[in-house]
Amino acid sequence: MSCCDNKGGKDTCCETKEAPVGLLDANESRREFIWDAVKNFTFGALTLTAIPIFVEKADAEEVHTNSDGKEVKGHTVLFGYLVDTTKCIGCGGCMLACKKENDVPDGEFRTWVERYVYYKDGSVRVDANTKGTFAFTELPPIDPKEVDKAFFVPKLCNHCLDTPCIQVCPVGASYKTKEGVVLVDYEQCIGCAYCVQACPFGTRFINTKTNTADKCTWCYHRIQHGEKPACVDVCPTGTRTFGDINDPESEISKTLAANRIDVLKSYLGTRPKTRYIGLTAEVV
Amino acid sequence: MTHQAAEFIFPNDMSGVAWTVMIVLYPYITGLVAGAFVVAALYHVFGRKELAPVARFALAASFSFCAFATLPLLLHLHQPQRAFFIMFMPNFTSAMAGFGFIYSFYLTLLAVEILLVFRSDIVAMAAGTGIKSLLYKVLSLGVLRETAKSKQIDAKWIHALSVIGIPAACVLHGYVGFIFGGIKANPWWSTALMPVIFLASAIVSGIAMLIVLYVVYSKVRGVKVDDECLRSMMKTLWLFLILAVTLESLELLNMAYEAGEEWHILSRLVTEKLRFTFLYVQLIIGSAIPFVLLLIGWMKKTSPRTRITLGTISGLLVLVQVLAMRFNVVIGGQMLSKSFRGFVQYVPEWYGREGILVAMGVFTLPFILLIAVTQILPVWKIDAHDH
Ligand code: SF4
Ligand code: SF4
Repeated sequence: MSCCDNKGGKDTCCETKEAPVGLLDANESRREFIWDAVKNFTFGALTLTAIPIFVEKADAEEVHTNSDGKEVKGHTVLFGYLVDTTKCIGCGGCMLACKKENDVPDGEFRTWVERYVYYKDGSVRVDANTKGTFAFTELPPIDPKEVDKAFFVPKLCNHCLDTPCIQVCPVGASYKTKEGVVLVDYEQCIGCAYCVQACPFGTRFINTKTNTADKCTWCYHRIQHGEKPACVDVCPTGTRTFGDINDPESEISKTLAANRIDVLKSYLGTRPKTRYIGLTAEVV
Repeated sequence: MTHQAAEFIFPNDMSGVAWTVMIVLYPYITGLVAGAFVVAALYHVFGRKELAPVARFALAASFSFCAFATLPLLLHLHQPQRAFFIMFMPNFTSAMAGFGFIYSFYLTLLAVEILLVFRSDIVAMAAGTGIKSLLYKVLSLGVLRETAKSKQIDAKWIHALSVIGIPAACVLHGYVGFIFGGIKANPWWSTALMPVIFLASAIVSGIAMLIVLYVVYSKVRGVKVDDECLRSMMKTLWLFLILAVTLESLELLNMAYEAGEEWHILSRLVTEKLRFTFLYVQLIIGSAIPFVLLLIGWMKKTSPRTRITLGTISGLLVLVQVLAMRFNVVIGGQMLSKSFRGFVQYVPEWYGREGILVAMGVFTLPFILLIAVTQILPVWKIDAHDH
């Protein structure tokens, strides 16, 4: 959607920005379209259906997506996360920082870094540093002569808008904060592991120290005070960006607006808020 | 260029599968509950009077298994002391949240139906004095007198409970299938057929268990196996076996024929990882062989002696088949890493809370209870009007 270059005014921009490929539920947009059309009797509302010539909305108030993926008026913080895979050097500093910050047991991962190596013979090798040390020393070296391309893909919880993990939790121990952060209530979790099964991204695990479900929290204890998640702070290359995607002036919003953005497994309709630059079809 | 990606599992999958043998046992036991109930219902609701010799026993069996259906779940939970949260603060978007309610409803229904079916006997035995009669007084729930009218009312209730019990059994077990079928993250599970497959295999396992127990009990009690009853059970088992296997194969066939994105890993799952438990045990040993044995077995020409042998063997094989099916679904599904590039290692654990030994222990409990029930209640008595 070309209107999203931040020049056409923030209203038009945020609609398209919040909804890159696979993120906007078709029914929802249709429902909202009908509702708005009825409400306003104005063609201005048709911008929701992406007819770019009607760029001005009838209602000039700021419209944002809340943590349930619904559009609301007035500013609500909605956190998002962006991984620019083209910048990642696979050092694994984020993994170490996360482990330290969140006391993640060995062999369990709130975040990890995958390496994709495309060989000239057409094969792709995927591996990940799982030792919890700097990746440079752990992954087998590759011979540049045999390789077309290679890159790293950091992974973490996607803090999906439509989360299967929250849906399946039988006791409501998995929940979403108003800022759109998906968390586990460790006092309430019964440890049934249904959410581990339901998350399509392999980001959940049963923490052997707490005996509850666990996963990335975007360092909720830090971001509440305006700090960044540990992994974002520690990343030496700026691969990881975190911020309020409802604030068009935030760094993350600007980067999202200026780039082609993708998400993991968009076909499953979970609408991730961890978004990516530079994915290929082989990245799952 | 299309790229062939080499083996890779997500790092969190390296610690193995999250649902182990207890979650294999749980649907196995609830399946037996539903299956045994169906046999009782065939008699009470669908007028299959030839099943009279096992009708009471079927209820007792269903109840005994039901009483322990939650135990594997409890052993599996990482925070078992919070188990009751599932009823106190259920999150109804979860397929699992209804469990406590459906289960309690069903267990109560079974208990009430049993008390009604055995009411006359309980009342009669409560008449005396001593410890034993005290037990029956408790079981009679204080109603120590029976009239022709009360018997009539009881009969109506038994019929009603059997009727309600059928959809309830379907919900109890179909729902277990839905727990798996509703997981879009897992292509081995995610199919609308799952609840129906679970239901069909539940009925199959319940009938098979009854055949085996009926034959064994008859031997132990030194009474003759009722040929018509056995034949009818074998015929019903044969029919449901066809239904179950058709559904199971249909699902696989559909996946293979459509050959979607995930088929490359699913086909490897079936032919490599589950080669033994799926291809050999579930399809050949547990389905194809009993199919033939049952077919021969239920034919009229077959002698009663042969029928008993064929029934027992195929019953046992079918019981193994259904256990294998539970394993293939529960563990097989988790062997798929969500990366769809490799397989999660499943290492069976013997000792420990979720180990195979404990699972075997848990599985003996329903039988112990069943023996106790058969001591307390005349489960082999045939209802008066069916003599
Ligand atoms: S990535 Fe997984 S754990 Fe995180 S919100 Fe999405 S479904 Fe839930
Ligand atoms: S493991 Fe905990 S958070 Fe996950 S579904 Fe079960 S109760 Fe909910």
